[in-house]
Amino acid sequence: MELYAPIFVLGGIGAAFVVVSMIAGSLLGPKRYNRAKLQSYECGIDPTPQPVGGGRFTIKYYLTAMLFIVFDIEVIFLVPWAVHLDALGVFGLVAMVLFLVNVSIAYAYEWRRGGLEWE
Amino acid sequence: MNPLPHTALAAPVITTQPPQIDYALLAPLLVVFAAGVIGVLVEAFVPRPRRRAVQFTLAALALVAAFVLTVVRVALLPAGGAGLTVASASIAVDRPTLFFQGTILVMAIASLLLIAEHRHGESAFAAQAATVPGSEEERAHVLAGSQHTEVYPLVLFAVLGMLMFPASNDFLTMFIALEVMSLPLYLLCGLARRRRLFSQEAAVKYFLLGAFSSAFFLFGIAMVYGYAGSVNFAVIHDTVAAGGAGALPGGGPLLLLGIALVGVGLLFKVGAVPFHSWKPDVYQGAPTPITALMASGTLVAAFGALLRVFYVAFGGSVAEWRPMMWVVAVLTMVLAAVVAVTQRDIKRLLAYSSVVHAGFVLTAVVAASAEGLAGAMFYLAAYGFTTVGAFAVVTLVRVHEGGAESGDIASWAGLGRTSPVLAGSLALFLLAFAGIPLTSGFIGKFAVFEAAVSAGATPLVVVGVLSSAVTAFFYVRIIVLMFFAEPAEARPRVLRPGRLTGAVIGVGVVATLVLGVFPGPVLDRLSPAPGAGTAEAQSVPGGFATTADLFANR
Repeated sequence: MELYAPIFVLGGIGAAFVVVSMIAGSLLGPKRYNRAKLQSYECGIDPTPQPVGGGRFTIKYYLTAMLFIVFDIEVIFLVPWAVHLDALGVFGLVAMVLFLVNVSIAYAYEWRRGGLEWE
Repeated sequence: MNPLPHTALAAPVITTQPPQIDYALLAPLLVVFAAGVIGVLVEAFVPRPRRRAVQFTLAALALVAAFVLTVVRVALLPAGGAGLTVASASIAVDRPTLFFQGTILVMAIASLLLIAEHRHGESAFAAQAATVPGSEEERAHVLAGSQHTEVYPLVLFAVLGMLMFPASNDFLTMFIALEVMSLPLYLLCGLARRRRLFSQEAAVKYFLLGAFSSAFFLFGIAMVYGYAGSVNFAVIHDTVAAGGAGALPGGGPLLLLGIALVGVGLLFKVGAVPFHSWKPDVYQGAPTPITALMASGTLVAAFGALLRVFYVAFGGSVAEWRPMMWVVAVLTMVLAAVVAVTQRDIKRLLAYSSVVHAGFVLTAVVAASAEGLAGAMFYLAAYGFTTVGAFAVVTLVRVHEGGAESGDIASWAGLGRTSPVLAGSLALFLLAFAGIPLTSGFIGKFAVFEAAVSAGATPLVVVGVLSSAVTAFFYVRIIVLMFFAEPAEARPRVLRPGRLTGAVIGVGVVATLVLGVFPGPVLDRLSPAPGAGTAEAQSVPGGFATTADLFANR
């Protein structure tokens, strides 16, 4: 049981922080609403209300976000390899090149199928 | 202060030595993966009208090549039933692996033929899946003859996952395989050309429930890792076999939790009863060729993985997991058989029948013996051929308006008079499902139940036989309806089987009969030759020290 004591204490501090700061914010914070503040808290397009007849979301945001994630992961994966490039040797180099080729293939697909054209 | 007292489990040693990888043993996986990647490039660079032919040729060549390489690898195995591990012991290549991979590849080739079937430029897949169903854009794409040839690389990636799933030798590789297998399938489920909302609903359900089951599986892995201090099956097996608390003091419960949670994840993929609810909806909504792939390939892969996890990793605690499997098997056989009786749609009925058959295979898993493993493998191969054939027949019976498949069983009345060959093939498949002698289903059931009886699970076999009787009722009812009832007023339009669909039905019929009449050569080869076990270690029938020796890979 004592094994878990630090975890419970940490969890308690975390929960207390959330509760205390939310209560403090609602009690102490100034409330001056305007149009921008009353909008839904999201970036990009408004999810509601949808246009008449079902309506469609523009796919552009998702494509851009997906592309970002691909490159994001790629970079994160590259960093440890780059740090230890000398130790990992030819095997590491070939493995990383293969990884980059595979990632680029997905990128080539998106580019050829018009995923990068904004309009 | 150090809250974790077992400092003996030090951080892994960072090695700069390149791993020794025997690429010959991985060749089928690499071929399928490469073909999938090239398929994506084909999508990007080959002009639209030629894509389908190129993709189909590429996928078919890759799957056939992978099958040939799988057969060749049998010769690479050391004599005496031993197996090999590849890539830092993350992939196991042994006889069960090769059998499962070969079966999966054959099922994938058959499903690929169904996927490639075209009539008047129409496949089973949506012209443009991103369009809103019923919208102007959709109509424009249908008129323009758009096609989703991305289906082919997606299928190849799914098959890659299926090939890896039963071959994984540690939990992390198995999880990666699970996801590689599942993610393309979630997508493929939503691509049906007709009844698109239905299909999309199926995809969402499958995705959400599948994500849940993956979470259970991962949580279970964490528990088992906490117990054994490793994700490698051989290490887990040795820790379990040594008994005691494992790596952590008082860690015994972690193993039980881990077995249960990993079991939930795997039983979900298998579709056993408390975790079966996705199966009817997904099988019904998905394009029928994809349903055929899921009902054969995915089932084989999932059972392969289940057998490896429970026989190898948890092979030392059979007594702990046997009651769990026992309960799940009984529930699966009884509940699914009863619910299947009330089904009116042929695809839903086949889905419930797939759940029942999963229950029958589970009786072999419960046996935890060499006969159990061999019986399960034979059953899965036999069932795979039959079910692919049955779904191939389903693709041919259509309603008059719109060309959707006529799933309503009532409308199949009198089909035996209008199209006797087709109805005859379906009747054979249904008899095989029911387990009538001279079909592969009978031999499969016999092997599975025999294994369970010799392992002392006779009550389970009694339940299984009763459940078979219930399933025989609704299979035979369809046959009676097709051959002895007056044709329905709203008779479905039966398409002439194209060359590809015809080939699949033919292979299904031949395999069902051959495995039913001459099962000997296959069954004999499946039973592993005893030799690894010693005389005093007879806890498992057949001369094996533990179930893990059946995989001969520790």
